[in-house]
Amino acid sequence: MTVNENVKKLLIIIITLLAAQTAYAQLEIEIISGNPGALPIAIVPFQWQEAGPPPVASVDEIVSGDLYRSGLFKPMDAADMVERPVDEESIRFGTWRLLKVDYIVVGSVRTPTDGSGHELIYQLFDVHTQERLLSQVTTVGPGDLRFGAHRVADAIYKALTGVPGAFSTRIAYITATGLGPDQRYELVVADADGFGPQSVVGSPEPLLSPAWSPDGKKLAYVSFEKGNSAIYMQDVATGSRELISSGRGINGAPSFSPDGRKMALTLSKSGNPEIYVREMATGRLTQLTQHWAIDTEAVWSPDGRHIYFTSDRGGRPQIYRVAPAGGSPERVTLEGEYNARASIAPDGRRIAVAYGRGNEYRIAVWDIETERFTILTPGVLDESPSFAPNGSMVLYATREGNRGVLSAVSSDGSVRQRLILSEGDVREPAWSPVIR
Amino acid sequence: MKTTWRLTLALMIALALTACQTTPKPEPVEPTSEPEPTPEVETAPAPDPHDFTDSRNFDNPESLLSKRVIYFDFDKSTVRPEYRGIVSAHAAYAAAHSSSRITLEGHADERGTREYNLGLAERRGNAVDGLMSAQGARGSQLVVVSYGEERPTCRVSDEDCWSLNRRVEVVYTAR
Repeated sequence: MTVNENVKKLLIIIITLLAAQTAYAQLEIEIISGNPGALPIAIVPFQWQEAGPPPVASVDEIVSGDLYRSGLFKPMDAADMVERPVDEESIRFGTWRLLKVDYIVVGSVRTPTDGSGHELIYQLFDVHTQERLLSQVTTVGPGDLRFGAHRVADAIYKALTGVPGAFSTRIAYITATGLGPDQRYELVVADADGFGPQSVVGSPEPLLSPAWSPDGKKLAYVSFEKGNSAIYMQDVATGSRELISSGRGINGAPSFSPDGRKMALTLSKSGNPEIYVREMATGRLTQLTQHWAIDTEAVWSPDGRHIYFTSDRGGRPQIYRVAPAGGSPERVTLEGEYNARASIAPDGRRIAVAYGRGNEYRIAVWDIETERFTILTPGVLDESPSFAPNGSMVLYATREGNRGVLSAVSSDGSVRQRLILSEGDVREPAWSPVIR
Repeated sequence: MKTTWRLTLALMIALALTACQTTPKPEPVEPTSEPEPTPEVETAPAPDPHDFTDSRNFDNPESLLSKRVIYFDFDKSTVRPEYRGIVSAHAAYAAAHSSSRITLEGHADERGTREYNLGLAERRGNAVDGLMSAQGARGSQLVVVSYGEERPTCRVSDEDCWSLNRRVEVVYTAR
């Protein structure tokens, strides 16, 4: 690397660290439409058994918040709890039946015997049958109490819905603030509940298309900092990054394979945008599409057997898929005028797309088996869908007045939430994989 | 407020770009009553606005060479007939000045997905590139860069603004 590149790299690391210290406006989450069938549940404040003072945001508040935002639960306000049991023996189920809750969670937080971190001990009961559904201890390292609370929410969610929770995951998104010479773009990573946003990279030039590596440690993205689009891959924790592609023409739409060894990307160096697959270890490129159309927005299926992509080879954008080893692409979306930017559900059976009709763009889910669309959002400028790693929700970008905001919708469309950043324009969300 | 100002400015630029005739300026009149010939004015002769090899025409609003933006229809990348004159003017300049270098910046409006719009905007840049190359510009003189929807000139979600964002800008990096 030249001296210049090294200096730039150092500057970027310094700037990233400085930016991380800056106070960021947090995402506020607000339910827009709710689910009348939401399960009433009481998360009783956990007993704090550690020597130090309890945190500002208590475990029960974090768990209640997670379950509330899923749209499937109606957590009881702690202020309304006339009793505060901490274990099975201290629960008087009659009281809770009168309070009209169906489920109750009790627990405590203590320091593990080896002296560091936190131990969350908790139990979940069915109030009507008094049956114990869950009894668990979750241990986390120091500083990870919030993460531990999210794991508790994951376990409760799974016990009551059968679906693994996605609360202990993260989201990445792009913010754009200012105008003209003051314009600033940031790639931000936050917990899935919006807590603790950290800037991964900032630039006066546009950033787009963040994509998580399957181990949740890296983000690939497109940056215009060199004057033309270029693809970078950056380690989220350390900030160190690698230039993946900066050739002539478009360098766009990076997407990791499920095993992390390959990356699909879009290059137009041959004269029009085509999908390529890059072997990460060697940098070797294999061209996957060969057509005068715009072929872009490649994503891998979770089983690694297909690459889905957007192509206008039929006239207007539709979703196609092709085997990663190559072959003839087949068309996937069989209805609609404009379907682009697929996000594949973890079960591989559904894809969320930006669905365009006239001037209106919505998020719709195409079921590959039944070959039907379900429209999830009202539009009118909705785009960039990203499935939660448990398939229960879709995060997407929309506009509210003059501003870009993120929203999340349950995969059946019944519950929608808006995530509000206090300033600027938010776009291009990407939900991280589950991190173990 | 800023958005309105920018929109107004953008609209003013758009109006300025439409070809319009200007009335010739009246000559200065001598204050004396005697019929004397008007004095020589000490300025160089104005460049012929149709001489697209004359670099003075870059700043001459009467010349197509001063027009740097080509606009497109929704979802289309064909250069409309009313913009072909501008393309030809720049092609003629490039052909006459082999050391000139031009970046054709392609743009799209905000509708649709960002990466697809990178492709659409590039198609527009390529369309201008193709026309210029056919009219004498050399391939090495032209570079197409796509910004997709990422560099809008206005940020209102209506057709007036969208039509201003669907464009190719002719940017000289060397004259």
